[in-house]
Amino acid sequence: MKKSVIFGALTVAGLSAGAAAAATLDDVKARGKLNCGVTTGLVGFAAPDASGEWQGFDVAVCRAVAAAVLGDKTAVEFVPTTGKTRFTALASGEVDMLARNTTWTLTRDVDLKNEFVGINYYDGQGFMIRKDLGVTSAKDLNGATVCIQTGTTTELNLADFFRANDMEYEPVPIETNAEAQQQYLAGACDVYTTDSSGLAATRATFENPKDHIILPEIISKEPLGPLVRHGDQQWGDIVRWTLNALIAAEEYGLTSANVEELAENGTDKPNVNRILGVEGNLGEMLGLESDWAVRAIAAGGNYGELFAKHIGEDTPVGLARGLNAQWKDGGLMYAPPFR
Amino acid sequence: MSDTHAESVRYVRDTMLPEQPPPATEVGVLGWMRESLFSTWLNAILTVLSVLFIYYVLSGILPWVFQSVWYAGSLDECRQIMKETWGETHGHACWAVIRDRWLQLLYGFYPPYPAYPDANVGAPPAGWWLPAYFRPNLAFVLLIVALAPVLFDTVSRKLLVVTAAYPFLMPWLMWGGSLWVPVGVALGFVILFAVVKYGSVRLGSLAAIITGVAAMLVWWGVLLGPFAGVMDQILPIALPTVESREFGGFMLALLIGIVAIGLSLPIGIVLALGRRSDLLIIKSLCVGFIELIRGVPLITLLFVASVLLNYFMPPGTDFDIIMRVMIMVTVFASAYMAEVIRGGLAALPKGQYEGADSLGLDYWQAQRLVIMPQALKISIPGIVSTFIGVFKDTTLVSIIGLLDPIGLSQGIRANQEWNGIYWELFAFIALLFFIFCFGMSRYSMYLERKLQRENR
Amino acid sequence: MTTNTDPPKESFRLSMLIYDTRYRSTTIQVVALIGFMLLAAWLINNTIQNLAALGKPIEFGFFLEPSSYDINQHILEYDSRDTHLRASFIGLLNTLIVAILGCATATVVGVLIGVLRLSKNWLVAKIMAVYVEMFRNVPVLLWIVLAMAILIESLPRPSAFRGDDPDATLKLFDTVALTNRGVYIPEPLLTNSLGSVHLFGQSSLRMDVSLDFLAFILVLVLSIFAARKVSARADAIQNATGERPTTWYINLGIVLLPLVILLWALGFHLGTPELKGFNFAGGIHMRNSLIALWLALSLYTAAFVAEIVRAGILAISHGQTEAAAALGLRPNRIMQLVVLPQALRVIVPPLISQYLNLTKNSSLAIAVGYMDITGTLGGITMNQTGRELECVLLLMLVYLSISLVISSIMNWYNNRVKLVER
Repeated sequence: MKKSVIFGALTVAGLSAGAAAAATLDDVKARGKLNCGVTTGLVGFAAPDASGEWQGFDVAVCRAVAAAVLGDKTAVEFVPTTGKTRFTALASGEVDMLARNTTWTLTRDVDLKNEFVGINYYDGQGFMIRKDLGVTSAKDLNGATVCIQTGTTTELNLADFFRANDMEYEPVPIETNAEAQQQYLAGACDVYTTDSSGLAATRATFENPKDHIILPEIISKEPLGPLVRHGDQQWGDIVRWTLNALIAAEEYGLTSANVEELAENGTDKPNVNRILGVEGNLGEMLGLESDWAVRAIAAGGNYGELFAKHIGEDTPVGLARGLNAQWKDGGLMYAPPFR
Repeated sequence: MSDTHAESVRYVRDTMLPEQPPPATEVGVLGWMRESLFSTWLNAILTVLSVLFIYYVLSGILPWVFQSVWYAGSLDECRQIMKETWGETHGHACWAVIRDRWLQLLYGFYPPYPAYPDANVGAPPAGWWLPAYFRPNLAFVLLIVALAPVLFDTVSRKLLVVTAAYPFLMPWLMWGGSLWVPVGVALGFVILFAVVKYGSVRLGSLAAIITGVAAMLVWWGVLLGPFAGVMDQILPIALPTVESREFGGFMLALLIGIVAIGLSLPIGIVLALGRRSDLLIIKSLCVGFIELIRGVPLITLLFVASVLLNYFMPPGTDFDIIMRVMIMVTVFASAYMAEVIRGGLAALPKGQYEGADSLGLDYWQAQRLVIMPQALKISIPGIVSTFIGVFKDTTLVSIIGLLDPIGLSQGIRANQEWNGIYWELFAFIALLFFIFCFGMSRYSMYLERKLQRENR
Repeated sequence: MTTNTDPPKESFRLSMLIYDTRYRSTTIQVVALIGFMLLAAWLINNTIQNLAALGKPIEFGFFLEPSSYDINQHILEYDSRDTHLRASFIGLLNTLIVAILGCATATVVGVLIGVLRLSKNWLVAKIMAVYVEMFRNVPVLLWIVLAMAILIESLPRPSAFRGDDPDATLKLFDTVALTNRGVYIPEPLLTNSLGSVHLFGQSSLRMDVSLDFLAFILVLVLSIFAARKVSARADAIQNATGERPTTWYINLGIVLLPLVILLWALGFHLGTPELKGFNFAGGIHMRNSLIALWLALSLYTAAFVAEIVRAGILAISHGQTEAAAALGLRPNRIMQLVVLPQALRVIVPPLISQYLNLTKNSSLAIAVGYMDITGTLGGITMNQTGRELECVLLLMLVYLSISLVISSIMNWYNNRVKLVER
């Protein structure tokens, strides 16, 4: 009787989603929307606000890509994914790209057939612990109860770390960050371990952040970045160079405030002009319009602006630039030349 | 007999004593208490313990619920207000989060004014008269109207028109798009019905059904698109489209539940008939399907929906996740529905089957005219409790990342303002579910009692 | 004379496949079978194509790779160097643990509540009604999450036990520690242990079977067997003479004495939990995730069991009790010989299907981080290896097997207690 529900809905919604095959760019353009996979909620990186708008550092990358490709930074559908569903969502074509604090590893890149296009945040796994326990080093954690988020690389790193240091521990696996925070605060675990950005973000929201310290040891490398499907080079290039454009923009002093004006008048630096699309045909090579990078930068600002706005030191998350500073300032953010 | 008394006894009262009121301890509040609370020592102890228990529970919960903060912008503000008012932050609810996010918990990200994507509840579009969330609300009201004649005998039969139209109207209201698509889909059923009705005389009932189904599928597969296109040209009636990934909150839970139960009813009937069939292969296929689905937890089926279903489809097709979840929950509900209906069929006395046979009805006629109407009627309580079960189980979709109320609560807690909030959200969600499920279970009990009375 | 002639012989025509009832059923079945096989072939073909496009052929070799993750609750030895298969096996055992604990508790609580709901005490009956409605009408996932939250928030943390004047103390003569990381209870220790047998070599299913435990079971079975012999003898005496010799203390002695002697011989004593470092050490650690899941599942299911028990008791007509009383049976014998056997026939089938539900609901363990089979095989293993198809299918197979075992027990029981109809 009600079979029609499926057909009606199918025609309306189901078939409008694009195919998983190549030519993601065409699909995105035809659809007029970018489908971007994000987390179900992580302070500072991606979370919906009261009006349902997604906000955060990872979200901003999606918006920049949407602006570059479609010219409209709001033309993004955010698809919340869990640690479990993220790669299949990408592989099946449900999302066009993932911007979901995902660690770049060989297995994920090669075996799971993803393509990491760059790194938007250099992170590492750290430990947070109550100050009054008097622990100053992760090496003192023998016998501790450790809260970890499942479905990430953290549980593997943790197992390796304690094994390598010949220490015992009691893992308490937890699904979400909010859950982990509650357990940690209640003292159900001594230590909370996750990416140190996540630790800082979590600590920032405590009633008394000063009672907790983040231990100096960083036990893993966690380069987090956006990723796309294997096999569509053009689309991968677009996302990669949009991210690079944001990073380069900071290096060359292009901000959301001045980029449009500079693009109109041009500058006397050829390398900046190439980014702005005033000179050369970089946009055409990517299959985009010449002002693609201008739109991406104008969407939310350059890398530095995004960082400051969502997770920087003036936000509740309060992260220092550290490794994520520009290479000139001693960080690792280094955009290849636009040439 | 009365004269015998005069001889045997000296005195016999020949008037009745006036009626005395029963002792105070036997009637009224006291009597009731003695009867039902303190009848024995054991009962008295139990009563005292119960009173203590109730006091303990209420003294913990009531202050938390009522000495609470309703107006605050964030959890920090809430805590500040609590400190100022009561000097501590423990034992007081911060309902401000519900005030802030209740629309999201109810409707997810469904646009309040789909025609105006930029408008929101705080800033409605200029000159627009339909209230916010008009479409889901109307769909819900129509649901009640459509269900009323099925659920209650006293409601006018004329409302069955709404019931028949609802399966086509609801998707249109929720997802939007052209009106002619659901109309076209409905026409497919009209074709099926017409072929079966007028063709069965010439072709025999089975052949007529097969032809009808084939005709319906051809209509849907080939002609539906052009039909909708042409009609759109002639008389364009359309609602702005809403993508299913914008569905969320309590609405999503309800929608998945309704779609699953609505679709699983026909599938369940077919499966139940198949399971009771004499045809060995059909029977084993149905038994295999039912037992397979009933043997695995819903969460594994949801894993299938979230990670595997796209593998099973031809390369290139892509349902969005909500459609996939609806498909798998429907599959899940169908197996349970089949068992409920099988129970209904089994409960019918054998005489009904024999009676139908002796009237010369063929299999389908017997099912349609005699068996199904009765079997479905006695199955309604079972169907309702299956619905309650499926509805409660929709909370599992939060595990695969859909934004049902629990999924949304994770998002809300990840928001900077409300990070760290806990009980209030879950209390609110639990209350919503309780109201719905309790209401439905009461209805199902009423129905069972009524059926028992009628069967007597 | 009857005119019982055969109908004229018809030659076979194609249309008879549909119109002739002799062939029609075959036709329908063949068509259905072909349709089913086509559907299956289509699905499998799609899957193979899709997987080939992704470059992920179906293979199960990854199961023998090291899992690299730890599982907190493992009753068999396990560490992160063990294989994914071993991890899944540990997960399966964890599923079974919580299922068995949950079913037992749900039955006890459910029967209690069901009986109390029929109590004459108005207040008690109402409280039980509120309990049943409250648990039945809120999703079990919410209950699991709430149970976890309550445990974490209301119990003291281990550090509260520290110091000269601690905020919290061990309960029950200093033997049980209730903390928000779980409950530590005394563990049975043996000084003269018999050791254990190692089974299955180095494979992923290897396990140590404790000989002490086997000895315990053996003695228990033997003594129960002996006790039944004594009862049988008492029955025989009763049948012969009408007098039943009192046997309960003999039976109790036969059952308990050998066990006590065995435990004494093995040097049985209890190891109590002690605060050491960050946590308690010693004793059996029942983690919060286990307790929350166990509590929530059993309380939730108990609400359904209560309704089943109530319905079962109400289903026995009053005439049965009265008839039994008229035969001169005492009330407890009436319960034992008349009411219970009949009520059980009504109660047990739905009860077992509740057990089935509880087992399936235990897959929600993932919400509180209890590492059951869904958390290992369908969780971390699937995540780390990216083999969704293999993992999900195996997961379904495991649950299906558990369900089939439970339902075959139910069928066996149903057949045993079925009324023999004449």
